[in-house]
Amino acid sequence: MVDVAFQPNNVSATQPMRKRSSLQKALKRKSTAAFLMTLPLIILIALLVLYPAFYSIHLATLNKSMQRFVGLGNFEFLFKRDTFWLVVKQSCIFAVSAVVFKALIGFIVAHFVHNIPAKGQRKWRGMLLVPWVIPPAMSTLAWLWLFDPSYSAFNYTLSFFGIGPIPWTGDADWARFSVILVNVWYGAPFFMIMYLASLKSVPDQLYEAAAIDGANWWQRIWYITLPMMRNIIAITTLFSLIVTFANFDIVRILTAGGPLDHTHIFATWAFRIGIEGSDIPLGASVSLFMVPILAVAAIFILRDVNKRGNEA
Amino acid sequence: MSTVTIDKAAPTRNVKYGSMSRDRTWALRWSYFFLTLFAIFSLVPPIYMLITSLKSSAEISAATNPWWVFHPTLENYVGLLTSNQFLRFFLNSAMVSIFVVTITMLISVPAAFALARMRFWGSTTLATGVFLTYLIPDSLLFIPLFKVFAQFGEWTGIQLINRWYVLLFIYPTLTVPFCTWIMIGYFASIPKELDEAAIIDGASWFQTLTRIFIPVALPGLIAATIFAFTVSWAQFLYPLVFTTSTDQLVLPVGIITTLIKGDVFNWGQIMTGALLGAAPPLIIYAFLMDYYIAGLTAGATKG
Repeated sequence: MVDVAFQPNNVSATQPMRKRSSLQKALKRKSTAAFLMTLPLIILIALLVLYPAFYSIHLATLNKSMQRFVGLGNFEFLFKRDTFWLVVKQSCIFAVSAVVFKALIGFIVAHFVHNIPAKGQRKWRGMLLVPWVIPPAMSTLAWLWLFDPSYSAFNYTLSFFGIGPIPWTGDADWARFSVILVNVWYGAPFFMIMYLASLKSVPDQLYEAAAIDGANWWQRIWYITLPMMRNIIAITTLFSLIVTFANFDIVRILTAGGPLDHTHIFATWAFRIGIEGSDIPLGASVSLFMVPILAVAAIFILRDVNKRGNEA
Repeated sequence: MSTVTIDKAAPTRNVKYGSMSRDRTWALRWSYFFLTLFAIFSLVPPIYMLITSLKSSAEISAATNPWWVFHPTLENYVGLLTSNQFLRFFLNSAMVSIFVVTITMLISVPAAFALARMRFWGSTTLATGVFLTYLIPDSLLFIPLFKVFAQFGEWTGIQLINRWYVLLFIYPTLTVPFCTWIMIGYFASIPKELDEAAIIDGASWFQTLTRIFIPVALPGLIAATIFAFTVSWAQFLYPLVFTTSTDQLVLPVGIITTLIKGDVFNWGQIMTGALLGAAPPLIIYAFLMDYYIAGLTAGATKG
């Protein structure tokens, strides 16, 4: 392909008649054209992603009015605050438990969908993916209304089973449970759809061979399904870990960090401090704490994606 | 389905055939039972939105069964769809989403073409960089971006903060990397013979892109468009940070900041607004489900 692309240029270069405009020639060259085509992308990433990312490191070293360099002062200040450690703890609890439940529920539901006749699968898949399609800000409002302290439809239903009114968003532990529940509700369909796509790509012969060898359903899952899906499970889980760890919408709308900052995660606390409290440097320092875990997850994703590319 | 063939192939089928088939029936029943449970779990919030949106304020505050509408009314819909403020939110959202989709496609399709087909110095590094950019979340960038745009306003005198069109600069940071990434995957799967033939026939690179690659990779293009639209329609953090005046807000932020007034929650209107805000992505999903799912799974499976 490369030879074919270059030949016209070589031919024209040997003819003195066409030599007159070097600019025209440069534009015709493949690498120049390719560079021009990617230029908008490069500018966008450089100006609006890379520059702000490094700028936030600079911001994190300034004082509140952004006129004086304080070095690591913001970080020292954060380490001394109890709320900060509460946020670190809650972010980890939130991200890890939500991702584990999303992965488990997604895996189970994908198996059930895969199990029923192919004819009906489309309909079920369509219904089960609805939580992922609704903008999370909108669906969280519905959950907020379902959790309403005085008119909660859940508490109304539970009262028939003799279960007393549950303070879904009022009590610290229940509020933690509620934000995780809503996040699982929103994210599990994504896992389901990824697993379903990957389940369909496992060759039937493997299961047939296993059945002949007398494997039971658990052995079939453990020795065939899981190894075959390992890559997709890894990528999906890591990807979801990033998104969940950086979540903002659900916690912001459902509890806004309350009660008493017990459900704040990095993103919502950074917003509270940086935008609402207009202490931009401190807010930037808070959000920078997301970087290590995101970087580790990104490195592993990249490794898996490249491995997948090589296999194909 | 595969299990049926397994049963037939199993050596003990004469003895156990009946019980195997009974196991299979029970497995199916259990599958349907649990799928129904999960479907209820998935659909309760949207259905409850619909139920509440059909109630009057009096019925919402009455102590009746919340899961049923006793006196259905469209007053919430009429109230919102005749309110200039709400229509403004809807218009802002629509304009932002449509412009962002256009900008995204104009940037990412040529870039993906160049990265997939025209190998040049640094092209593989750039492709990896694009993927990494896609993994940078909005909650990491909103504070520095806010400061960058505030600074830009101070230096040039062009005030972009608190204007809806500032979002046209910011949303592409979320949509362009992913769209470029999946378009690279789709373009790379097109056989090389196609573009070689076009180049031999004298087509320029631009013609190869518009006459061959875009038509052939149309399903991928539709999937990327749907992705860009749903992301820009659903985005909540950036508009919350960058816009504050009520005439500049987009739908999700508008509903949350204007319909919730202090402690007074007008739940009928909030749920109606939320349902109307969820409608465009849901309609697209209902009609283009296969493209939607293709775009969803492409991120990890292509490339």
